[in-house]
Amino acid sequence: MLKVSNLVKEFGRVRIINSATFQIGQSEIVSLVGPNGAGKTTLVNLISGHILPTSGKIEYLGKDVTFASPYKRIKMGMARNFQITNLFEGSTVLDNIRTCLLSAQEKIHKAFLPVSHYKDITTEAIEILNIFGLSEKDKLLPASLSEGDKKVLDTAMAFALKSRFLLLDEPTSGVATGDKFKVMDIIVAAIRKGKMSCLIVEHDMDIVSDYSDRVLVLSEGAILADGKPSDIMAQSSVKEILFGVR
Amino acid sequence: MEATNIIKRPKSYIYPAVFILLIVLPKVLPTYQLLLIQSGITFAIMCLGFNLLLRYTGLLSFGHGALFAAGAYSVAMMGKYLPSLYRVEILIPAAICVSILVSALFGFICVRHTRIFFSILALALSMVLYALLVKLYNFTGGSDGIRVPIPWMFGIAPTGVRRMAFLTGNYHYFLVCIFALATLVMSAIVNSPFGRALQSIRDNEVRAEMIGIRVRRYRWYAFIVSGIFTGIGGAMWSFVNGHVTPESAEWVFSGEIVYMTLLGGFTVFEGPIVGAVLFTYLKLYAVSLTQYWMLIIGATLIVIVRLLPDGITGAILKLFAAMKRERNKGAS
Amino acid sequence: MGNWLVYILNGLYFASFLFLTSLGLSIILGVMGILNLAHGSLFALGAFVSAWLIGTLTGLPPGIAFLVALLAAMLVAGLMGILIETSIIRPMYTRALEYQLLITFGTLLVIEDLIKMIWGGTAYYASKPFTIMGNMHFLTNQYPVYFLFVIAVSFLAGIAIWLIMGKTRVGIMLRAISMDRDMARAMGIRIGRLNTLAFGMGAALAGLAGALIVPTTPALLGIGMEPLIIAFIVVVLGGLGSLKGALIGSLIVGEIRSFGIVLFPEVELPLLFTIAVLILVVKPEGLFGSK
Repeated sequence: MLKVSNLVKEFGRVRIINSATFQIGQSEIVSLVGPNGAGKTTLVNLISGHILPTSGKIEYLGKDVTFASPYKRIKMGMARNFQITNLFEGSTVLDNIRTCLLSAQEKIHKAFLPVSHYKDITTEAIEILNIFGLSEKDKLLPASLSEGDKKVLDTAMAFALKSRFLLLDEPTSGVATGDKFKVMDIIVAAIRKGKMSCLIVEHDMDIVSDYSDRVLVLSEGAILADGKPSDIMAQSSVKEILFGVR
Repeated sequence: MEATNIIKRPKSYIYPAVFILLIVLPKVLPTYQLLLIQSGITFAIMCLGFNLLLRYTGLLSFGHGALFAAGAYSVAMMGKYLPSLYRVEILIPAAICVSILVSALFGFICVRHTRIFFSILALALSMVLYALLVKLYNFTGGSDGIRVPIPWMFGIAPTGVRRMAFLTGNYHYFLVCIFALATLVMSAIVNSPFGRALQSIRDNEVRAEMIGIRVRRYRWYAFIVSGIFTGIGGAMWSFVNGHVTPESAEWVFSGEIVYMTLLGGFTVFEGPIVGAVLFTYLKLYAVSLTQYWMLIIGATLIVIVRLLPDGITGAILKLFAAMKRERNKGAS
Repeated sequence: MGNWLVYILNGLYFASFLFLTSLGLSIILGVMGILNLAHGSLFALGAFVSAWLIGTLTGLPPGIAFLVALLAAMLVAGLMGILIETSIIRPMYTRALEYQLLITFGTLLVIEDLIKMIWGGTAYYASKPFTIMGNMHFLTNQYPVYFLFVIAVSFLAGIAIWLIMGKTRVGIMLRAISMDRDMARAMGIRIGRLNTLAFGMGAALAGLAGALIVPTTPALLGIGMEPLIIAFIVVVLGGLGSLKGALIGSLIVGEIRSFGIVLFPEVELPLLFTIAVLILVVKPEGLFGSK
C-alpha cells in the first residue's frame, strides 16, 4: 500500500528525517512511536504531502507520489487528521461529515440544489456518525463537544473521505486518560470495518500494544525497529529510547 | 445557529408578502419615495453578492465599489458608444460579462491572500479602476461621469418617455423581478454543496484543503459570483440614478457597502438586504437634515459596531429567540 | 542630467510625506494589529491646524510661527489619536477584522465632519514658509529650499522613531508587543497604555505630515484621502508593521510617483497602483514582511 524508501528531510543543515525506510500493507494498522523530537509529525507531513522531502521516495498504491500535491494524494485515497483538532467550527457535526462526503463524491461544486437535496449523502453521514457514536450529537457545533468527541469527529471526517489509507497524528492527544481507550476502540473498530490501512502516531505504549498490528520505532529520524508490538517492547534498545531505562 | 432557524418557517410567507408589497409600491408610494426604495433594492442585490464573500467565504473586500462601477459603467458606456444595442435585455447580460471579466481578474490576484491582506489588495485594485475612470476622461467622461439615458426595454422604445414614468412603470417591475431572482439564486447558492464548501474554507482553510476542496480556486469562484451580483446591482442602479461617476469605484463607497451589510446584519442571509434599504434612507435623511451628514453616519456606524455586532436583523432575531425562551419558560 | 537629479529629489520629497504617514500607520498596525482608516483624517487635521495657525500667527516671525504650527499640528493630531484609541478603539482589539476596519471608517467620517464644523468648507492657504525659504541654486536648476526642509524633517523624525523603537524601554516593549502580543502580556508589559502611546505617536506623525504639506498645497476637505490610500500601498509593499519596510516602500512609491508624473502624467496614479499590485502578486508578504 505505502512504501517509503530512504526518505530524508533537512531543514537548513539539520536532518530531521534520516533515511527512513518502511512499508505498510493492505488493512494493516501500524503505530509510529518515538521520543519527542524524533520527527514523527514531520514524517506524517511528508507522507501527506504538506512538506516535500529533500531526497528519497514515497510510493503509494504502486505510484511514485514523492512530490505529488496533497490534493492529488487525497484524491488517491489518502486522508489524515491533525494533532490539534481541525474542524469546521461554524458547521454542525452532521455538516462537518456531509462536507467531507460531498467532497469525496465530487459533488462539492454543485451550486444550485440545497445540500439537503442529496439524501444519500445525509443517510451516509448519519451512518458514519453511528459508527463513531456521535449520532446523538449531530446538530451540535464542534465547540460544544468534549475533547474526546472532537478527536473522534476529526477522525470520522478523515474516514468519511472513503480513504484507503489513514494518517492519524496522535488521535488521543488532549483526551482525558480515562477516555483514551474508549476513543481508540471507536476509531480502530471503524478502521477495521472499513478495511483501511492506517499509520497512527502515538505516545501511549499501552494503546500501541493494544491496537496495532505492527510498530515502527523512530529515533533521530531513522526507523530503529519494526515488528510486532510484543517483540518490539521486549527489545532493550527500544526500551532505552522510549523510557530511558536500560 | 439557533437564531437563524427561527426565521426558516416564516420565510415561506414573508418572501411572497415582500414580493407583492414591492409590486404594488408604485400604486401607493409617491415617486420620490419609490426611487429611494429602488436605489435601496439595487444596493441590496450588490450587498447579497458582497456578503457571499464576507459571511460565507470569510473574506472582507474593501474594494467592491469597483465591481459595482464595472456593472454601472458597462451600461453607461454601451449607451455612449453602442447606442444601437442599448436595450435592457442586452445591457444586463453585457454588464454580467464585464463583471465576470473584472472580478475574475481582481479575484485572481486577491484570493492569493486572506484577512487584512485581501482587504487592502481589493482596495488597491479598486483604486486602480477608480484612477483609470478619472484619468481616461476622453473615454470615460472623467470625474463628470456619463449620463445614462432611458433604454429600450423588451421592444418598447424610450422615445417620448419621461424618466420618472419609465422608472415607476415597467422598469420597477423588472427591477423587482431581478431582485427576487437574485435573492432566490443566492439563497440556493449558500445552501448548496458549493456554499458548504465556501463555509468550510472560511471555518478552516487547512482542513478544507485536506478533505479535497481546492481552496484558492473556490475562493476565486466565490469572488466571481460575488462580482456578478455586485455588477448586476450596479447596472440596475445606473438606470435609477441616471448618471454614473467614478465615485462608485472609490474606496469610500466600498466602505459604505461594508457598512450597509453590517448595519443589516451579515450573519443573517437577509441582513444585507435590510441594511441596504435602511442605509439608503439613513443617508438621505442625514443629508437632508444637516450638512454634517457624515458625522451622523459615522457616529451611527460606531454605535452599531459597538452595540449591535449582528446588525439590525441579528438583534431582532435575538430578541425573538429571547421572547420565545421566556414564553416557553412561562408555559412550563 | 540635472533634470534627473531634480526628479530624484522630488521623489525623495514625495517619499518624505509618505514615510511620515506610513510610519504612523505601520506602528499602529504593528503594535495593535489595527488598520487605521482614520489615519488620513489625522493627516488632514494636522494640515488644517497648521494652515490656520500660519494664517493666524502673523505677529510672530514667520520661522517661529511655522515651528509653532508644526508642533501644534503634531500635538492636536496626537491628542486626537489618544482620544480615538481610548474611547473608540480600545474595546475593539478582540473583535473581528471587519468590525475593526468599520469602526475606524466611522471615525474617519466623524473627524472629516468635525474638521468641516471647525474650519468650514473653505480652503486654507499657507504658502508663506514656502515663499520665504525661496529657491537655491542646484546644478543648472533652481530648487525650492522648502522641499529640502521637508526631506530633512522627515529624516530627523525617522531617526527619532528609530532611536525610540531601538534604544528606549518603551520602544523595546512596543516591539515586543508587535512580535507577540500574548507573550508580551505574559511578561507583564502593560499593553493598554502602550497601545495608547503607539496610537498617539502614529497620529502625531500623520499630523506632522499634514502640517508639512500646507505650504505647498492648500488645506481642503478630504485632503487626507489620497495620502491614506498611498500610505496603505506603502505599508503593504514594505510588509505589514515593518519600519524598514515603511522607509523602503516610501522611497519606491515616492520615486515612482516623481518619475510617473514626468513620464506618464495621464496615468501616474493607476501606474502606481498597478506596480504595487504586481509586486504583491510576486511577493505577497511585502518586501520586508514576515509571514
